Amino acid sequence: MPTLADLSTPCSPNWCPGCGDFAIWAALKNAMVRQGWDNTNSVLVAGIGCHGHIINFIKLTSFEGLHGRAIPVATGIKLANHRLNVFVSTGDGDCLAEGGNHFVHACRRNHDLTILIHDNAIYGLTTGQTSPTSPHGFHSKSTPAGNIDEPISPVTLAIASGATFVARGYASDIPKLTELIIQANDHQGLSVVDILQPCVTFNKDYTHEFFQKNTYYLGNNYDRTNREAAFKKSLEWDAQKIALGIFYESNKPSYESQLPQLAEKPLIENPLARIEMNDLFKHFS
Amino acid sequence: MKTSNGVNKQKIFSLKIGGYAGQGVKAAGLMFAKVATRSGFNIYDYIEYPSLIRGGHNVIQICVSSETVTAPSQKTDLLIAFNQDTVNKHASELLPGAGLMFDEADKLDISKVNKKVEIYRVPFAELTRESGGKKLMGNTVAIGATIALLGGDLEILKNLITDEFKNKGAGVVAADHKAAESGYNYVKENFSKNVKKNLALQKNAPAKMIVTGNEAVALGAIAAGLEFAAIYPMSPITNILHTLAAYQEKFGYIYKQPEDEISAINMAIGASFAGARSMTATSGGGFCLMTEGFGLAGMTETPVVIINGMRGGPATGLPTWSEQGDLRFALHAHQGDFPRIVLAAGDAKEAFDLTMQAFNLADKYQTPVALLIDKNICENDQSFPFFDISSYRIDRGKFITKKQDAYQRYAPTKDGISVRTVPGSGNHFIANSDEHDLIGYSTEEISDRNVQMEKRMLKLKTCAGQDMPAPIIFGPAKADLTIVSWGSNKGSILEAIKNYKNVNFLHLTWLSPFPTEVVKKILSRAKKVIDIEANYSAQLRGLIKEQTGLEIKDTLLKYDGRPFSPEEIREKIDILTKVRNRTKIRNRT
Repeated sequence: MPTLADLSTPCSPNWCPGCGDFAIWAALKNAMVRQGWDNTNSVLVAGIGCHGHIINFIKLTSFEGLHGRAIPVATGIKLANHRLNVFVSTGDGDCLAEGGNHFVHACRRNHDLTILIHDNAIYGLTTGQTSPTSPHGFHSKSTPAGNIDEPISPVTLAIASGATFVARGYASDIPKLTELIIQANDHQGLSVVDILQPCVTFNKDYTHEFFQKNTYYLGNNYDRTNREAAFKKSLEWDAQKIALGIFYESNKPSYESQLPQLAEKPLIENPLARIEMNDLFKHFS
Repeated sequence: MKTSNGVNKQKIFSLKIGGYAGQGVKAAGLMFAKVATRSGFNIYDYIEYPSLIRGGHNVIQICVSSETVTAPSQKTDLLIAFNQDTVNKHASELLPGAGLMFDEADKLDISKVNKKVEIYRVPFAELTRESGGKKLMGNTVAIGATIALLGGDLEILKNLITDEFKNKGAGVVAADHKAAESGYNYVKENFSKNVKKNLALQKNAPAKMIVTGNEAVALGAIAAGLEFAAIYPMSPITNILHTLAAYQEKFGYIYKQPEDEISAINMAIGASFAGARSMTATSGGGFCLMTEGFGLAGMTETPVVIINGMRGGPATGLPTWSEQGDLRFALHAHQGDFPRIVLAAGDAKEAFDLTMQAFNLADKYQTPVALLIDKNICENDQSFPFFDISSYRIDRGKFITKKQDAYQRYAPTKDGISVRTVPGSGNHFIANSDEHDLIGYSTEEISDRNVQMEKRMLKLKTCAGQDMPAPIIFGPAKADLTIVSWGSNKGSILEAIKNYKNVNFLHLTWLSPFPTEVVKKILSRAKKVIDIEANYSAQLRGLIKEQTGLEIKDTLLKYDGRPFSPEEIREKIDILTKVRNRTKIRNRT
């Protein structure tokens, strides 16, 4: 079991003071310590954006891919070694703009991945442009007259695309986010946690104060097995009506559990040995 | 065929079958080809079809010989026409004494066909109905008739039908047998005087397989221990994925159809990072989408094999026709510098061998290996003795799966190759698309950048020294003319130079790293050199100039999607060796 000290690296976080990424980083490390996720059983794949720097600050074997492409890399890893806990750190631009196609298809295939969307509704690393989750009318360097595009809801998109565990968290509630990350990874199948986080430097709309004022947790009476109700709930984004927690969960078999090639052991545990080819060649004679 | 420089003693029989797409032209051709190889012959077949599924004009040519045959032919000895287009487009290839077979019920106009061509009216449709078969079995009737006309063995055809259709049930096999017999008997009864001996059983011929380049790539990957393939469908490489998908459970690897080519290469990179031997395949347009992943594999030092089956470009281009226009693209795709190994196969056997080797090279040098094949290789069938893999050894290079103390993934070494490991091994490392240090942490320090860039690029030098073979020269060591080429032109060039004692052929299969010294030596000593390629800008000629400083003046280029024929290469050879040919000379350059 790793301790927090085991997870530290020589690199100091370079996020802006107050950035939501600090809290997501803390929650992920807390979850790792609690669950014993380490270099013997887990791997982290990140995209490109402020979120992607996380690979330098957690001593967990990682792959930092290209902008938008974390999900297909993670898919390949999971298919090659399905015993690994495979986490994807991605941003709202990374996952929903450049990588939107991969996100939709990963959801419908129900790969056993845990996708954490660092959702600050802004492009931070490129110094403040509108993202797919920025609200209509949003003012940024790329939309000085206000954003004409309507925002996309990652939670709605995930439910519609077939993800089998869909949740929304708020970065700065570290204990609850830790819990959500653990539940997401426990789920067999594709898990999405849309994590609302402020960008203290460039997003003056979605501040800590905004999220603290306008979010609430889904209560015990909420039925997370009802896909239609979850879809409807995910569309709510009004003052004091932004829900947090698990929107939807179902027990469909994961992609990996349906592959006969993986029934006994991970792909990479098969010995690479000389293959008898002549019987196969006979099919071509 | 006679030329002024020599006599081609090889007898090649060429059958062409044409019809609408959906009429089973390709299946009929392959059936005939397998009867030929099972009768002891060698075959090469060439298929032409437009990018649609029904209608349009499909044609397959099967060249049969007792010796190896490696190219299509401009002449046709027997033409089977299922539609008027076949007569209109191909009757001119029939020389006096050749044959034309069709069903009179199709009411084909043959008024323009050379009067010295033998006409065989065989009622395909009526014989099919009498056999109780479905309409597509008209092909089987036609093949039965052809086997009879060429003096072949009906039992070989019937055994083949049993092998191919037994899982469709005894009824299907029996009806197909009947169809084959009816065509066979019709010719025996009506054209007994015309029966030839082209397919007379060859004794003691070795067992052969018939494969396309696509199938050869898939077989090579399986033989190399493939564990993961992600391939998005695209002409002309789709049959790689069909073949891989069919045998995945038997051999335990995974074929995954991704949502696009970007995902394909990233999935393959992810699987490889986790320790699986991985590949993808595409054509030029898909390789455009893979370009960013190509460099990602180079930067993160992740092995991956990429097959590019080239078709006519740019954009959608000529989807079902051949070109060799992606050489420069494969050599330069992606921003910045990284070590890329680029190979090119000249036929299906080379595609098989180079695919197996590509997996070892990718693992050893921890970098992407691109294998170029062109559509003519992808989709044309050729017969070969069963491939021999006894000398192949799976080599995973410097690779550990156990925990190692003080492990550094990107530690510099004398050969540029560091020890690779996998997630889950307990070793901590980061495969980082940002420039990184020895562990993989992001860095922008000058020294880190220089160390890592130089380490990566050193691998290419190591590869050139340890693994790159000298290129192959076919023909005499001393020659009046040296042909330089690559890719599928190999077959037609080999066929063409059989006629000459003073022409040799430098066939290049390694493009990066490039065998600079050997090529320079050969070409600087050659009396006269011609570059033959299927692209507009003579990309190989440019590469040779870049690498050796030598400029090749003469070229034979085409970019119409069609393969070079041995005949047009001979015409060019005759011009350059200044021998007047009796036949009309056309300069196609």
